[in-house]
Amino acid sequence: MWLNRDIVSISDLNVEEIMEVIDRANKMLPYSSSGHPEKPLSDKIVATLFYEPSTRTRLSFEAAAMRLGARVLGFGALEGTSVSKGETLSDTIRIVNGYSDAIVLRHPSEGAARLASEFADVPVINAGDGAGQHPTQTILDIFTIWKESGPVSGKGIGFVGDLKYGRTVHSLSKALSLFDISLYFISPEELKIPKHIKKDIEKRVPVKETKNLDEVIEDIDVLYVTRIQKERFPDLEEYKKVAGIYVIRPSLLSRGRKNLIVMHPLPRVDEIPSEVDNLPQAKYFKQASYGVPVRMAILDLILRGD
Amino acid sequence: MTEEKMLKVEKIRRGTVIDHIPVGRAFQVLKILKISSDPGITVSIAIHVKSKKMGLKDVIKIEERILDSSELNKIALIAEGATITIVEDYEAIKKFTVKLPDIITGILKCSNGRCISNMEGSVKPSFTLISKNPLSFKCHYCEREMETDEISDSIL
Repeated sequence: MWLNRDIVSISDLNVEEIMEVIDRANKMLPYSSSGHPEKPLSDKIVATLFYEPSTRTRLSFEAAAMRLGARVLGFGALEGTSVSKGETLSDTIRIVNGYSDAIVLRHPSEGAARLASEFADVPVINAGDGAGQHPTQTILDIFTIWKESGPVSGKGIGFVGDLKYGRTVHSLSKALSLFDISLYFISPEELKIPKHIKKDIEKRVPVKETKNLDEVIEDIDVLYVTRIQKERFPDLEEYKKVAGIYVIRPSLLSRGRKNLIVMHPLPRVDEIPSEVDNLPQAKYFKQASYGVPVRMAILDLILRGD
Repeated sequence: MTEEKMLKVEKIRRGTVIDHIPVGRAFQVLKILKISSDPGITVSIAIHVKSKKMGLKDVIKIEERILDSSELNKIALIAEGATITIVEDYEAIKKFTVKLPDIITGILKCSNGRCISNMEGSVKPSFTLISKNPLSFKCHYCEREMETDEISDSIL
């Protein structure tokens, strides 16, 4: 079932499949820093095609492949590639298809990975397509919740900050709504979660929307913080007013539940001050480190099967 | 038969009659069929026609032209439920209602300017029907849902 499967959109996976990846990622965890002793992918080549820079995602995919014994080829910038000479994505994919056993693709256009999957015989993993999908990020976020906070079901999960433009929030909240949870969306009026996403999520789980984080902090087990970008506001004063409200200070966390965890897709600016980093609630660096075992799990599943 | 009634239902020898178009949409139908750019075709348009079923409706008769399935799918995007009659030798040889298919390919472009289907020339844009009322389609590539007002502007 997993062998040769494309991982394009989180909505292609059901809960059982997400949990299978998580289970496999947990098994990969000990090998994510020392390498898998059996090098199960030693006969495989993984191509990483990054049409826009994303150092963290690319390096964690490449580390994941190498930890499993695979070799890696590809590009992290377009300079010097045939793409810079005007080659279409479909042509590039057709060519790389012959050089590799799996293609990891990052592209600025939404839907690029879906298109690539139609031209490749080898499996394609979407490593982010514009403002579209980034399924391995979504799975590593769910893995972090599971690992650091216990079973996902039964949790109160809050998203705070820019819920309008953040693709991370859209994909993750949709995926989480497949579990038995409660969702809290905390944002200024200008950056509310898009209506069509909220409407879809509300069909499955209870949703509360508020501007006031204080009001819901006691109901939350997982607080997912996102950055509010200055450029979203035409007026700098408006931005300052809004951004300051959602700074996650130790005093706020002390009023939360005992096992509350704080996550962030990083990079952060000042929405989480550094004094939070050493508190037990801070899990965002752990979250980033889980990129490798989760991507190991996905590569292993699609290249070796169940 | 009164003179007025004769004008409305006058038979054509060969061609297509599109009846039960929601009132006010006849010109949109003509636009998507690109009728105006073909001077060799005679077209009769009746707008604001009284209808028992719809209150008011629009009707189009196109002579010497039989619509193909791609054109019928385009009509369904703006006038679902319209009745199509194919006429040969003054006789209706086929009569049916246009229905929205669950998947449409190559007749609508994605309204998302950053969608790969708008970047790569070889890609045929494809959509899945999400809801008929209000009309909404989801792009096969970028997964964005297009709403009613975007759809009529995006017909190819």
